[in-house]
Amino acid sequence: MNTLQVGHGELIGWHDPDEHRAWVATHKSRALEDKRTTVREAVERYVPDGAILACGGFGHIRVSMAVIYEIIRQRRRDLTFCGKTAVHDSDILIAAGCISRIEVAYAFGHELRGLSPASRRAAESGRCQVVGEISNAGYQWRFLAAAMGLPFVPARVMLGTDTLAHSSARVVEDPFSGKPICLLPACYPDVVLMHVHRCDRYGDAQIDGIAIEDFELARAARRLIVTTEEIVDDGVIRSQPWRTLIPYYLVDAVIEVPYGAHPTLMPDRYYFDEAHIGEWLRLSKTDAGAAEYFDKYVYGVDGFGEYLELVGGQEQLEYLRQVEHLEAPLRAPWLEEKK
Amino acid sequence: MNRDYTPIELLAYVAAGLLEDNKSVFVGTGLPMIAGMLAQRTHAPGLLIIFEAGGIGPQVPVLPISVGDSRTFYRAVSASSMHDVMSASQSGYVDYGFLGAAQIDPYGNLNTTVIGDWSAPRARLPGSGGANDVGSLCWRTIIVMRQDRRRFVPKLDFITTPGYLDGPGARERAGLPAGSGPYRLITQLGMYGFDEQSRQMKLLATHPGVTVEEIRDNSSFELIVPEDVGTTEPPPPEARRIMREIDPTGMVIGK
Repeated sequence: MNTLQVGHGELIGWHDPDEHRAWVATHKSRALEDKRTTVREAVERYVPDGAILACGGFGHIRVSMAVIYEIIRQRRRDLTFCGKTAVHDSDILIAAGCISRIEVAYAFGHELRGLSPASRRAAESGRCQVVGEISNAGYQWRFLAAAMGLPFVPARVMLGTDTLAHSSARVVEDPFSGKPICLLPACYPDVVLMHVHRCDRYGDAQIDGIAIEDFELARAARRLIVTTEEIVDDGVIRSQPWRTLIPYYLVDAVIEVPYGAHPTLMPDRYYFDEAHIGEWLRLSKTDAGAAEYFDKYVYGVDGFGEYLELVGGQEQLEYLRQVEHLEAPLRAPWLEEKK
Repeated sequence: MNRDYTPIELLAYVAAGLLEDNKSVFVGTGLPMIAGMLAQRTHAPGLLIIFEAGGIGPQVPVLPISVGDSRTFYRAVSASSMHDVMSASQSGYVDYGFLGAAQIDPYGNLNTTVIGDWSAPRARLPGSGGANDVGSLCWRTIIVMRQDRRRFVPKLDFITTPGYLDGPGARERAGLPAGSGPYRLITQLGMYGFDEQSRQMKLLATHPGVTVEEIRDNSSFELIVPEDVGTTEPPPPEARRIMREIDPTGMVIGK
């Protein structure tokens, strides 16, 4: 194949397919084993300094916040983040000093709420280095290539743009059509965090609502930490196996954490906690404010249960359930400022 | 001039008017969502709305905050995945796509990545997100953005999303899907198309009360201005009422 263009972004998370097969053969058990553990143990074991990290969900939808807070608590450093649809996940990890490098499809923003003060500051000052650009579909297809055990997948995105020039993709002449085509290299994150609706003790996991890119990402992950709203008996999984998005052999750790995605949205369970996200966006305008936030909500609490009490306990969680089900009106501090 | 509508209502109304019944549209949150929902509740009940995170054909009850929000698959025909909807777009199933930007050039190329030099940016913006994919894969893109001399520039600091690149045939030469590209651009001053021959930005209509001189003053490059420039139609009361219903908190429309 004739190579037409080589993107000069850093190639992160790529492995030769045979090297990956050999790694899987020796590191991923096919035995049905009880994988229940704690967030503390899971982070100690599977999230070393310098790891390449990706989060399931959509940046502020269905994010495993319980594990993110634990990564901050254990003061992990020099992580490289896969910034696919990254919103609250990357913002808070960058602000806490855990992430020093990021490949960006989307980051430094909070969608309708505006830009993220803390992570923008880190990117503009060089504290967090952008190692490459990519698009959302592009990133997701990097995970698809990894999930398929292939070195790359072809796609018709990014062509002709600086996004491609700053990515790790390449353009070749397609041997079938003769047209230029973009080759997206596989990306195998060292560790992926995912929050799901239900899962059994072995790791068989079900997600309600849109899968976003978690089907591909779970299969691309070398290590996969799953937090779940509830651990169910494997009989529940086996009674409706067509609902299983993630089979157990992909999963390394299972932790039951009800409301474990707070303050991000958990479809059909609870809506964004806009009061909490608003507090973060307000405090994170300065480094001192961000430090105050971490002291209060991460370092200052002993576990996720205590954190939930601090953010308003059962009353607030019940309100978020009602908003998610369109039974209560949305209140958001940033919305008040817009008016 | 005395108006009884907000600038955002006008933009959303004009954008909605471009969407046809029984076609499909990729929308983001904010104004595009209002345009899509308004079109659905008026002239285009069969409009298929698609979200990049996997929501397909929802009956959106209230404005979502995120393109992955549960509102994006409320009473939808499918709650799917990004791979599915991006593949549908790559296969030609998606007619329209909405885009916004911090900078635009005469060919409709867009920048949402950096202001200044990429390696040492003056301002770091969120990046492509799904924008490059929408701009690459949909048949026709509709760009909605604010217009001023810093945003309408002859050369972008960074091409995040492809418009017509550097002119006629450039998209196809780069390997992008044939026959796709920017269709309309709507700003607070007027509506533009892209000239068939040169693929450069061409004024089609000014908003009520806006002069061609104002349009020219708010661009750093020479715009194509034909002799017969139209005027956009302001939103009638019924459209405004529907938009208030869609966005009761004024999240996007304002007060």
